[in-house]
Amino acid sequence: MNKDNEEKIKEEKDRKQSRLITPETIEAERRELEKTWFEPRGIIGWFSNTNHKTIGLRIICTAFVFFLLGGILALLMRLQLTRPENNVLGPDLYNQFFTTHGTTMMFLFAVPVMEGMGIYLVPLMVGTRNVAFPRMNALGYYVYLIGGILLYVGLILNVGPDAGWFAYVPLSGPEFSPGKRIDLWSQMVSLTEIAALIGAVEIITTVFKQRAPGMSLNRIPLFVWAQVVTAFMIIFAMPAVMLASSLLSMDRMMNISTHFFNQAEGGDPILWQHLFWFFGHPEVYIIFIPATGFVSMIITTFARRKTFGYTALVLTMIATGFIGFGVWVHHMFATPLPQLGQSIFTASSMLIVIPNAVQLFCWLATLWAGRWNLKTPLIFVLGFFAIFVMGGLTGVMLASVPLNLQLHDTFFVVAHFHYVLIGGAVFPLFGAIYFWFPKFTGKLLSEKAGIVNFILLFVGFNLVFFPMHILGLNGMPRRVYTYIPETGWANLNVLATIGAGVMGLGALVFIGNVLYSLKRGAIAGENPWGADTLEWSVSSPPPEYNFQYIPVVQGRHAIWEKTEDAAVVTGLSVKLRETLSTTIQDAVPEHKNQLAGPTIIPFLMSLVIGGVFIGFIFTPWAMPVGLTASFIVLFIWFWSNSTSHRPFTHGKIQEDAKKEDGAPPAQLKPTEANV
Amino acid sequence: MKIFSKTAILILFALVFVCCEREERGFRVETPNADRINSKQLSTLHPGQGTTNPPTVNEYENNAYALAEGKRLFENMNCTGCHAHGGGSIGPPLMDAKWIYGAQPEHIFATIVEGRPNGMPSFRGKLPDYQVWQLVAYVRSLSGQVSKNAAPSRDDDMQYKKPENSIDKQTINNSTLPKSAEAPQ
Amino acid sequence: MNTGKLKRNEQEKPDKRKILSALICARLLFQKASSKSRLFLFSIFAGLICAGCRGSQSALDAGGIQSERLENLWWIFFYICATVYLIVMAILLTALFRTKKADAQTAAEIAPNPEREKRISNSVKVAVAVSLIALFALMITSFRTGRAINTLAQSPDALSIKIKGHQWWWEVEYEDPTPSNNVTTANEIHIPVGRPIKLELESNDVIHSFWLPNLHGKKDLVPNYPTTFYFQADKAGTYSGQCAEYCGYQHAKMRFIVVAEAPEDFDKWINAQRQSSAVPATDLQKRGQEIFLTSVCTQCHTIQGTIAGGKVGPNLTHIASQQYIAAGSLQNTREHLENWVTDPQKIKPGIRMPMNNYSKEDLEALIEYLENLK
Repeated sequence: MNKDNEEKIKEEKDRKQSRLITPETIEAERRELEKTWFEPRGIIGWFSNTNHKTIGLRIICTAFVFFLLGGILALLMRLQLTRPENNVLGPDLYNQFFTTHGTTMMFLFAVPVMEGMGIYLVPLMVGTRNVAFPRMNALGYYVYLIGGILLYVGLILNVGPDAGWFAYVPLSGPEFSPGKRIDLWSQMVSLTEIAALIGAVEIITTVFKQRAPGMSLNRIPLFVWAQVVTAFMIIFAMPAVMLASSLLSMDRMMNISTHFFNQAEGGDPILWQHLFWFFGHPEVYIIFIPATGFVSMIITTFARRKTFGYTALVLTMIATGFIGFGVWVHHMFATPLPQLGQSIFTASSMLIVIPNAVQLFCWLATLWAGRWNLKTPLIFVLGFFAIFVMGGLTGVMLASVPLNLQLHDTFFVVAHFHYVLIGGAVFPLFGAIYFWFPKFTGKLLSEKAGIVNFILLFVGFNLVFFPMHILGLNGMPRRVYTYIPETGWANLNVLATIGAGVMGLGALVFIGNVLYSLKRGAIAGENPWGADTLEWSVSSPPPEYNFQYIPVVQGRHAIWEKTEDAAVVTGLSVKLRETLSTTIQDAVPEHKNQLAGPTIIPFLMSLVIGGVFIGFIFTPWAMPVGLTASFIVLFIWFWSNSTSHRPFTHGKIQEDAKKEDGAPPAQLKPTEANV
Repeated sequence: MKIFSKTAILILFALVFVCCEREERGFRVETPNADRINSKQLSTLHPGQGTTNPPTVNEYENNAYALAEGKRLFENMNCTGCHAHGGGSIGPPLMDAKWIYGAQPEHIFATIVEGRPNGMPSFRGKLPDYQVWQLVAYVRSLSGQVSKNAAPSRDDDMQYKKPENSIDKQTINNSTLPKSAEAPQ
Repeated sequence: MNTGKLKRNEQEKPDKRKILSALICARLLFQKASSKSRLFLFSIFAGLICAGCRGSQSALDAGGIQSERLENLWWIFFYICATVYLIVMAILLTALFRTKKADAQTAAEIAPNPEREKRISNSVKVAVAVSLIALFALMITSFRTGRAINTLAQSPDALSIKIKGHQWWWEVEYEDPTPSNNVTTANEIHIPVGRPIKLELESNDVIHSFWLPNLHGKKDLVPNYPTTFYFQADKAGTYSGQCAEYCGYQHAKMRFIVVAEAPEDFDKWINAQRQSSAVPATDLQKRGQEIFLTSVCTQCHTIQGTIAGGKVGPNLTHIASQQYIAAGSLQNTREHLENWVTDPQKIKPGIRMPMNNYSKEDLEALIEYLENLK
C-alpha cells in the first residue's frame, strides 16, 4: 500500500465524516430501513414472512422437533430390542417405527437442518440482506413442513411406511405393500426433496451473486463453501430419488400401474437400488459436508488462528462432492452384480477416504498450532473427532467387498453409520447451535449445562452404538424386530438400550438449556466468541436487513482482517428491499437487485403442491387439477412481482448510487489474495 | 388459532376412521361372524334368486391388507386353476356382472364353503373363516365392488389383466342366468 | 483332489498373515508403550471385540475356508484401523494438553510464523502419504481375499442345493439325476464336511439375503435374478444363519441352520429324507393323521405318502427329524410344536399360517402324529 493510496483513503474518510455520514443520517437511514424491512404480524403475517432468518430459524426448529420425534421412535425401538422375544411393539409397529425413524432423520432432520443453518447464516456470512429468492425460500419451508406433517399424521393414522427408509422393491411395490403406506412415503420424499432443491438453488445463487464486495471466491468462509458444495450435490442427487419415488408411486397407482420395477414386464428391481443409492450415498455427504463447515468455523474461532490449509479444505470438500457420486454400489455388494464392477467401487470408496483424511489432518494442524479457547462448541468438535474418525475407519472396512459380505446389513453397519452421522453431523451441529445460538437469539447458552449435555450425549452415544459393532460381527442383522434367546445378543442389547436412555437425557438437558437460556441466558453481544466471519459484525439477533451498510471484505477472516478504515457499500436504497449483486469470481459490484417483500403466495403455492402430491396418492386426476391450480397461483405469483430489477451495467452503479442518496459509492480496496 | 386447531383435530379424527380401517394389519383376527351363514340352511340351492336379507357387511372389503391376503389365497388355493385371474375358464368369470349364486359377500362365502355343482369344490374345514372372508373380499374386488383405495394394485408378474384397483365397478345383476343354463364361460 | 489343494494353500497363508499381524501388533505396542492409559483403552477395545468371537452365529468363529479368510482380513483391517484411530486420538489429546489456553479476547493469529506453518504442512503431507499407503495396502489385501474366496466356484464336484426364499422361510431342495430321489425340506440344510457346496439361490417373492456368518458372507436373493453361492464347511457342527435383507414382518425370524456332518452321516441323512413319511403306528397317531388330512393343514403343507400336497408352506414329511420349527426360531419340542400349531400368529405375527382351534384331544393326536414324522 503506497502513500498515495493512504492519503486518498484518509481524504475519503474525512469526506464521509464531514459531509455525508453523520450519526444522525445513520440513525435516520436505520429507521427507514427498519420500516422497509418490516416483519409482517398476525396469522397471515406469519405465513407471509420471507425473511431468510425467520425462515431459517423455522426450518431449524422444525427439524429439531422431527429430530426429537425420530429420537423417541428410536428409544421405543431400543426398548423392544432390550430382551429377546420382547413384545413391546411387535413387528408391524416396529417396522413402521424404524422406517419412520430412518426417513425422519435423513429427510426431515439432517438435510433440512443443515440447509436451515445455511439459509440463516449464508446471507449473513457473505454480507447480503436476504437470500436471492425470498418467496421461493418461504415456499421451500412450507413444502418441507407439509411433507413432515404428512409422514407423522400417517404414522398416527397407522399409515406409517413400513418398508424401510430405502424402500426396496418389490417389498415396497404394489404386490407386497398393500394400502397407502408406501405411497405416503414416496410422496413425502418428493415433497421434502422439492424443499431441499429450493434451498440448494437459494444458497448457490446467494453465494455466487450476492457476496459483499471484496469477498472473492478464495475469501469465502469455509462454512459457505461447504454449503455451496452441498447445494450442488443436492441438485444432482435429489432428482434421482425423486425420480425413483415417482416411478414407485406410478407403479403402485391405480389406473396407471406402470412396470418400472416389475421384472416380468421388463422392469428391474435392481434399478431401484441404483437410483436410490445414487441419491443415498451422496446424501450422507450432503449431511456431512455442512457439518465439516461447522467444524472449520468452530476450530478457527476457538483455536484463535487462521484455518490451516484453507485451499486444501475447499478442494477436499469439492473432491468429496465429486467422488461421493461414484461410490453408491458399496451398498449393493451382496446383490448379483459382476465382481469386477464391485471392485471398482471398493477402490472409489477407499478413494473418498483421502480427501476426508486431508481435511482431518488440516483440522488437527489448526488445533495443534492454535491456542485453545475451550468452550462447549469446541468440546463438541472434540467429540466429533473421537466418534467420526472411528466411523470413518469402519467405513473403510465396509468398502472392502469381502468384508462387506459379512458386515453388510448387520448391526455393524448400524453402528458405522451412526458413528458417521451422529458423530460426523449431529455433534458438530450441537457445537454449531452452541456457537450460533447467541447470534440467533442474543442470549448465550449455559456453558455448564452444555458440558453436562456433551457428556451425556457422548457417553450415551458410545454405550448405544459401540456394542452394535460387536453385535453385528456376532451375526445380528439390521431391521429385526426381535431375536431368539439362543443367539446370545441380549446383554449387549441391554447395554445399548441403557445408552439410548442416557442419550435421551442428554437431549432433555439440551432442550432445558435452550429454554432456560432463552429466558435467563447471559446477553451475548455482537461477537461473544471473538469469531471471524461477517455475521458477528452485526447485532445479535441481527436486524431484519442484516447490514445497514454492506461491508467491503478485506480478507478471508472478515472481522479479524478488517482495518480501521474499512469501506462500506452505500447507495442502496433504504426505501426498497435492495441488495447488491456482485460478480461470481471476484465479487465486484454489478447491479442493485430488489428483493420481494412479505407475501402469502408462497404459502398458497405450497398448499397446491402439497395437495397435488397428497391427492396423487388417491387419484391420478390430482395431476391435471393440480397443474391447473399451480398455474393459477404461479400466475398471481409472477403478476404480483412488483420488484423491478435495475440492471446497471458494471461501473454505472457509482453514478446511480450518487444520484439516489448522494452517498459516496462503494469503496473497493485492491484485493490481495492471501493464499 | 383455536378454530384452526379444533378443525385440525376434527379432520384428524375423521382420517383415523377412514385410514385405520384400510391400513389395519390383522394378524390375530377375530373372524367375522359367519354363524348366520353357516347356520342357515344352504343345502338347497337357489340359483339366481335375490336375497331378502340385508347384505352382510364384510369389513375386509375396506382393508388393503386383507384384500392383498385374499389375492394371495386366490393364487395359493388354486382358484386360478378354474377361474383364471378372474376371467374364467373352466369356472365362471368373476370380473363381470353376472353372478349365478349371488354377489353379496354372504353368497360368495357360502359358495366357497359349500361348493357348487359343476366343479366348485367345498372348502368347508379347509380354510379358516377369516381367510374365506378375505377371499370373498378379493373376489368382489375383481368386479370393482370394493373401494379402489383398498383394492390390490398390479402384481410383480406378467400383466394378464387390469389391476384390481383399476377395474371399473360392475353393476351386479343377480338374476342373470346364462342363456344356455350351462356353466358360463 | 481339488479341495485338498485348497486346504493346503490355506494352511500356508495364515502363517504369513500371522506374522504380518504380529508385526503390526508389535509396532502398535511399541508406539503405545509410552502411554499406559491408551494401552489400557486398547485392551478394553480388543477385549470387547474378542468377546465377540465366541458367538454361535459369529463372523469371527470360522467354520470353513472362506470365513477363515474373511476373519483374517477382518483382523488385518481391524489392527490397521485401530492403529490409525489411536494415533489420531493421541495427537488430539496431546494438542489438548500442550497448547496454550486462550479466551474470546485473545487476538487471533492471522499471519502465523511461516516456518512453523511449513513444518506443520510437511507433517500433514507425510500423514496423507502414510494414509494413502495404508489404504493401498488394505485395498490390495481386500482384492486378494476377494479372489481367494471365489476359487471354490471352480470346483467340479460341488454339491448343488437349491434354496428358495419365501416370506419368511427357506425352501431347500436337493436335486438328484433321478427325479424321485429329489429331497425337499425347509430351513435346515445338511451338508457334508469338506466338500464345496453350490447353492442355487432364488426368491419367490421379495428380496431376501442368505447369510451364514460362520461359513461365508451373504448373497441377496433377488426375484428373477437366480444366483449361485459357493461355500464349504471344514469343521463339523451346526451353524445358524438368517435372512439379512429386510423382507417384511418376520424378517427377524427367517432363520435357518446348516448341519455340517461327515460324508457318511450326510448320505445316511439324505437317504432317510428320500423315504416317504413314517406310517402312523398307534391309534392316536392314526387319529392325528386323520385330523391333519381333513383340516386346513393340507392346503399348504406336503407330507409325502399322504394326500397332503400343498406347496404353500414348508414340506413336513420329516418334520420330527428337524432341530427347529418356525424357520429356525423355535426348538423342535413337543410344547413348542403345540404352541406353534394352535397360535402361530403369537410366535411369528404376520406369517401366513392361521390360528387353529383344536380340542385338547385332537391337538394331542395331531402332535403325536407330527412327532412321529422322523
